[in-house]
Amino acid sequence: MKKNLLKNAAVQSLIASLLCIVLGLLLGFIVLLFINPSGAGEAILAVVKNFWNYSRANLQAKNFGNTLVKTAPLLMCSLSVLFAYKVGLFNIGAAGQYVVGSCACLYAALAWHWSWLPCLLLSIVVGGVYGAIVGLLKAYCNVNEVISGIMLNWIGLYTTNMLLATVKEPTSPYTLHLKTDATQAMLPTLGLGKLFSDNGNVTIAIPLAVLIAIAIMVLLDKTRLGYELKATGNNKNAAKYAGMAEKRNIILTLIIGGALAAMGGAFLYLTDFEQWSVTQSSVPGMGFNGIAAAFLGGLNPIGTIFASYFIQHITSGGAFVDLSKYSSQISDLISSLIIYLCGFVLFIKYAINMGIAKSEEKAKQKAAAADEKGGAK
Amino acid sequence: METPYAIEMLHITKRFPGIIANDDITLQLKRGEIHALLGENGAGKSTLMSVLFGLYQAEEGVIKKDGKEVTIHDPNDANDLGIGMVHQHFKLVECFTVLDNIILGVEPTKHGFLQKDEARKKVLALSEKYGLQVDPDAIVEDITVGMQQRTEILKMLYRDNEILIFDEPTAVLTPQEIDELMKIMKNLAAEGKSILFISHKLAEIMAVADRCTVLRKGKYVGTVETAKSSPEELSAMMVGRNVNFHVDKKPAHVGDVVLDIQHMTVASKTHKKDAVHDVSMKVRRGEIVCIAGIDGNGQSEFVYGLTGLEPLKSGTITLNGKDISKASIRQRSTSGMSHIPEDRHKYGLVLDYSLEDNLVLQRYFEQKFTDRIGFLRRDNIRKYADRLIDEYDVRSGQGPVTAARAMSGGNQQKAIIAREVDKDPELLVAVQPTRGLDVGAIEFVHRKLVEQRDAGKAVLLISLELDEVMDVPDRILVMYEGEIVGELDPKTTTQEELGLYMAGAKRDEVKA
Repeated sequence: MKKNLLKNAAVQSLIASLLCIVLGLLLGFIVLLFINPSGAGEAILAVVKNFWNYSRANLQAKNFGNTLVKTAPLLMCSLSVLFAYKVGLFNIGAAGQYVVGSCACLYAALAWHWSWLPCLLLSIVVGGVYGAIVGLLKAYCNVNEVISGIMLNWIGLYTTNMLLATVKEPTSPYTLHLKTDATQAMLPTLGLGKLFSDNGNVTIAIPLAVLIAIAIMVLLDKTRLGYELKATGNNKNAAKYAGMAEKRNIILTLIIGGALAAMGGAFLYLTDFEQWSVTQSSVPGMGFNGIAAAFLGGLNPIGTIFASYFIQHITSGGAFVDLSKYSSQISDLISSLIIYLCGFVLFIKYAINMGIAKSEEKAKQKAAAADEKGGAK
Repeated sequence: METPYAIEMLHITKRFPGIIANDDITLQLKRGEIHALLGENGAGKSTLMSVLFGLYQAEEGVIKKDGKEVTIHDPNDANDLGIGMVHQHFKLVECFTVLDNIILGVEPTKHGFLQKDEARKKVLALSEKYGLQVDPDAIVEDITVGMQQRTEILKMLYRDNEILIFDEPTAVLTPQEIDELMKIMKNLAAEGKSILFISHKLAEIMAVADRCTVLRKGKYVGTVETAKSSPEELSAMMVGRNVNFHVDKKPAHVGDVVLDIQHMTVASKTHKKDAVHDVSMKVRRGEIVCIAGIDGNGQSEFVYGLTGLEPLKSGTITLNGKDISKASIRQRSTSGMSHIPEDRHKYGLVLDYSLEDNLVLQRYFEQKFTDRIGFLRRDNIRKYADRLIDEYDVRSGQGPVTAARAMSGGNQQKAIIAREVDKDPELLVAVQPTRGLDVGAIEFVHRKLVEQRDAGKAVLLISLELDEVMDVPDRILVMYEGEIVGELDPKTTTQEELGLYMAGAKRDEVKA
């Protein structure tokens, strides 16, 4: 009975994900031990506790809200990666699509004073177009989507820096605050902020992201389009044989993937939780973390919701490490170690299956040996 | 006096699970002779050569070089013994020059620097001695297939190999290049090299080989001197007269033309010669037409062109009076073409999909299975799958939700046949539909094909199995090097005659 449960794919995914998390925490702990053994236990606890590091309930709620605010964009990026992955494409360009999505909504909000809905829609369109470039190159010129995706990540970053430099604060590299300069573009909170002790950054972005995750699952599992896309991802030749429009499917997938990641950008920057720094010289990690979240979530849209939250929880928790004992980069180091280990989900699944096969083989041999003995008698 | 044999393979037996690939086979190659190895697909030629090359170890039998017993564990051992091989698919580095390819692996160096001048001298001397014209500085991807093959031969000669194996060397060559290769092989033999020539083309064997060893279904049939033999004898030896179970069928009631192909040409992906050249044929209602031929004579490309997987270079295809030469795969399918593909894993199934999802692979988009908004009608799909599973006796562990990957080959094929036949096509294209199936499943497939014919459908069968070719169809068209070279009546023809057409020893003018 126990073995049958282990063979279940969903159970396997869950076990593998939990194992990855434990391994990641362990590795993080070991690294901390090396740097400064005296504070290691405390530091790793601080990372795991995140907002529980605060003792007061209202601060806990507020910071829980903050973690959720950043979970929404991460979830969108990981949905983008997951969706493309189901069609056999590796959308590493999600990072760049997230960047151009952020750019589009911020520019429309600050330069043109659009309200939030058109800003969000513009992000979706721009992200879709950005994804389409990768799709067109893949479908018609056979350019690997990873290569074109990475290059477009950088093109997106510097174009964004250039454009947003026109709407930045005069004395800092950061874009203007929506709260002061473009309140019309702030995503509505619908009273959600009240649940998190008046955290104004908690907006409809969070429930929307969850709804979109569910929508993606429905699209993949219940519709004709999902049937076609997954068939293309599983067996390109069979999809072609069955008369599916393979090229159209590739392009459409990357358009949807691009739109999802770009929406993630809008979900963060239209809350005014962060401002864009026009001097940043590396592509934000949100899209890349989306890859880890997609795998940690067992490549299941619902699993991805929890995985995205966990990764954001750890990342936010990093801020609570005692900086008198560790340098300020330690929080990023620990969370990235854990995220890195999250990529090992498929490997652990494989190991579980190998283990089952081996023990079954042994059981068979034993049974055969027992039979022989019985026969000899 | 020492033995006249350069290499002897005595009583070689090689078993694989469930099959004896080589059953007590003896092959003796004399010094300086050209020795042909003849047999159908699956006769055991490749296995025997792999044993000689050290890729497989034989369970029984010995290999002798110059009368001394040797053991060959891997291809390096074979190389050390002076055995070289030109593979059917060349093993050349496309972006290197001819010279670089020839010395690859045995580069002459001094203090770690390449000494290409010496190598060049040796290559030029060899190429002159044996009449192997190559340009040592040309890049391999720019030169003709013929010159690539000469490069492969020079590779063997550069390594001072004495025993040269040619694995179906003429498959990719033009007739002129074939003539030249024949000359080269005779030259090499005259200079004392021993040549093993693997082929199933009788004309070439008769033209160039001194002796010929024939294998059939893993067994040794015999060795003959070609000068004292005839294509008819070799063909009979190759094909054999084996008892086969018969397919019962009523006389055909042939109706209107369903499929009309005129002057169809399909380009090849691997070489410059067209894979299918100017093929014209018709298939009528109520008949099974079979395209017979040895593997690799353009049958696959013919099917790709017919079903739309590859574009036509020229020619027209008419299905039920409608020109579908440029139609998409989907359009061809909805116009009444069903296709049982050659490779059920590569094309026929999405292995990670459930059985029911695979059963609707050609019709999932129909209103019956998808509603107006685009949602799948899961309940209809389930009902449909249950019916097909029941009617076609498709067996699986968990019924409609079984992953296709978890099903046996026979049941996978049954699922494909259920799907394609139930589409109620005008034309059923069945490509090697019994490949890899056991006797019971083969019978099932044959019965279904005959049922379709009796229901007034046009059936086009593409087969490599001689038994199937003789038993199932009402008409046989033989394909050789991308052309239809003969039309035969299975009731009056013999396997020997069929073999002659398949090996290119005989051809008629066929008009459609």
